[in-house]
Amino acid sequence: MELLDRLEMAEVEETLKRLQSQKRVQVIMVVNTEGIPIKSTMDNPTTTQYANLMHNFILKAWSTVREIDPQNDLTFLQIRSKKNEIMIAPDKNYFLIVIQDPTE
Amino acid sequence: MEIVYVYVKKRSEFGKQCNFSDRQAELNIDIPPNPELAEQFVERNPVDKGIQCSTSMSEHEANTERFEMETRGINHVEGGWPKDVNPLELEQTIRFRKKVEKDENYINTIMQLGSIMEHCIKQNNAIDIYQEYFDDEDAVEVTEEAPSAKTINVFRDPQEIKRSATHLSWHPDGNRKLAVAYSCLNFQRAPEGMSHESYIWDLENPNKPEIVLKPSSPLVTLEYNPKDSHVLLGGCYNGQLACWDTRKGSLVAELSTIEFSHRDPVYGSIWLQSKTGTECFSASTDGQVMWWDIRKMSEPTEVVILDITRKEQLESALGAISLEFESTLPTKFMVGTEQGIVISCNRKAKTSAEKIVCTFSGHHGPIYALQRNPFYPKNFLTVGDWTARIWSEDSRESSIMWTKYHMAYLTDGAWSPVRPAVFFTTKMDGTLDIWDFVFKQCEPALSLKVCDEALFCLRVQDNGCFIACGSQLGTTTLLEVSNGLCTLQRNEKNTASSIFERETRREKILEARHREMRLKEKGKVEGKEDDQREEEPILTLEELVTKAEEEFFDIIFTELKKKEVEAMKKSKPDLKADEEVEGEDQGEEEAAHVETPT
Repeated sequence: MELLDRLEMAEVEETLKRLQSQKRVQVIMVVNTEGIPIKSTMDNPTTTQYANLMHNFILKAWSTVREIDPQNDLTFLQIRSKKNEIMIAPDKNYFLIVIQDPTE
Repeated sequence: MEIVYVYVKKRSEFGKQCNFSDRQAELNIDIPPNPELAEQFVERNPVDKGIQCSTSMSEHEANTERFEMETRGINHVEGGWPKDVNPLELEQTIRFRKKVEKDENYINTIMQLGSIMEHCIKQNNAIDIYQEYFDDEDAVEVTEEAPSAKTINVFRDPQEIKRSATHLSWHPDGNRKLAVAYSCLNFQRAPEGMSHESYIWDLENPNKPEIVLKPSSPLVTLEYNPKDSHVLLGGCYNGQLACWDTRKGSLVAELSTIEFSHRDPVYGSIWLQSKTGTECFSASTDGQVMWWDIRKMSEPTEVVILDITRKEQLESALGAISLEFESTLPTKFMVGTEQGIVISCNRKAKTSAEKIVCTFSGHHGPIYALQRNPFYPKNFLTVGDWTARIWSEDSRESSIMWTKYHMAYLTDGAWSPVRPAVFFTTKMDGTLDIWDFVFKQCEPALSLKVCDEALFCLRVQDNGCFIACGSQLGTTTLLEVSNGLCTLQRNEKNTASSIFERETRREKILEARHREMRLKEKGKVEGKEDDQREEEPILTLEELVTKAEEEFFDIIFTELKKKEVEAMKKSKPDLKADEEVEGEDQGEEEAAHVETPT
């Protein structure tokens, strides 16, 4: 069991590393539904801030989509700003947040 | 009747404490109604009362409760940790995190989300999905609307005996006023009792002119001083120049003396750019151009006689009908004459003869309008006879561009001050043509029938949108042109200048060709004269033929004789005799053969 777990954990690590190695990617974060950052490549205070802010935002977006059409579901969220782009892949339990430098 | 109530208090009671008490009302004065007063009034019947047919509305004011607002900041503190985990303790948090990472759910989720995320990241890297296309190109302002113009206002001559509006001038500041000169240009056909007055109209009020100008003789031209908007210069029918100051009234402020003025009506008068703003010059069909200073109108400061043979003879001078002066070229001015020639002059020349620089001829009749293009001063527009022509200063023999011959005589023309390729012309049949030669060259872009009688003059306002034209019966019409004709189009300046250059070049090439051909012809004519002097007896064709025949036979006979002589010489030695004889026979045969074809 442990071996499998370790393998799988390794896979997860690999996936996240792969994402990090992509061009222009600055930060990768994994946050759970309660707003606790599970994994992050940034320092703690900033991570906390992002986690809290994103959490509210994601819930709002998700509820908006569901309200307009209950059959619909939020699949991806991108916030493009002048300096960077925040991409959020939401799930039932966890959110994967990636901050990338926009292509210009 | 005074109503008085007197308050009484005893002196001893002054300063005493006041005791207030209630008491009943007392009737002090009772004024009964006096029916006699009613006699002073008359019952009003009918009564005028204004009413408004609209929904009656009432106005109420209400004060709402104040809405209190407060600005607060939020301090983010880590939270959401389960009860057993203390967020401050690093160990516990790490332990918690590790536990979560081992969770299968977590692993699956991350794998799934990871792939989605990867896709988007790669997409972002590959292409900028929010890229602005066509950012560099400015919004294309395509004026799809057809050129149009509409009449805004019509100003009619309030006099009963109608005179024609011969000249218009816009007020220099703000263009809210229009000065119109009225006179009758038909020679000695001005009807009795025709008023000499000219008017200044306010654009808002077409019923009554704002200011009336009263000269002693009707005005043919009228110009506002561009520097001082209260001063106007007018050229009279009798040749005098008059000056007005609108602050002083409608009578003439300054008038030139008859002896030194023009002998014919003053057809052109323009203000000059000078420091004092008081200099002007005028031209007339008597062949003179005079310079004046309005402070001293008794004598002109300078006189130039338009004699193109440069002998300054008044008898051979050409009469001037139009005058042109551009303030950007202060030393040059141009005069359009009755004979159809434009004379370009230099003001600063030392001798009067040198003042006339060059002439441009091409019109068949008087040149009624002459104006330089405001963007390209080297090119100027002339309007006369049945055409309008555009000239370039470089090409002196002919105009570079011209319109076709119209059915009616053209009376006035002007360039648009905002678009280099647009100009306006008026005709004797009452039409106003708007030409745009980057759009269409063979006919006007827009042709409008303004009125039934002939249009005599035209003036464009400085913003290029409003045009005023005056007609034979004194009616001045104010038109507004559509946006497309008064806004500078993209690339129009370049297009217009390239058209001018191209046409100028074409004319130059044609000129050069003409010159060559003329030289050749001259050469040919001279050459022919030389040849003819040698051949004194001029022979006819038959004689030539017989002469040729004779010459031919002479040559043959001399040849034959030569051969016979040779034969005789060589017949002595017998060895060669036969060959000789054969040769001779052949020679004779040839000679015989040769003879027959002739």
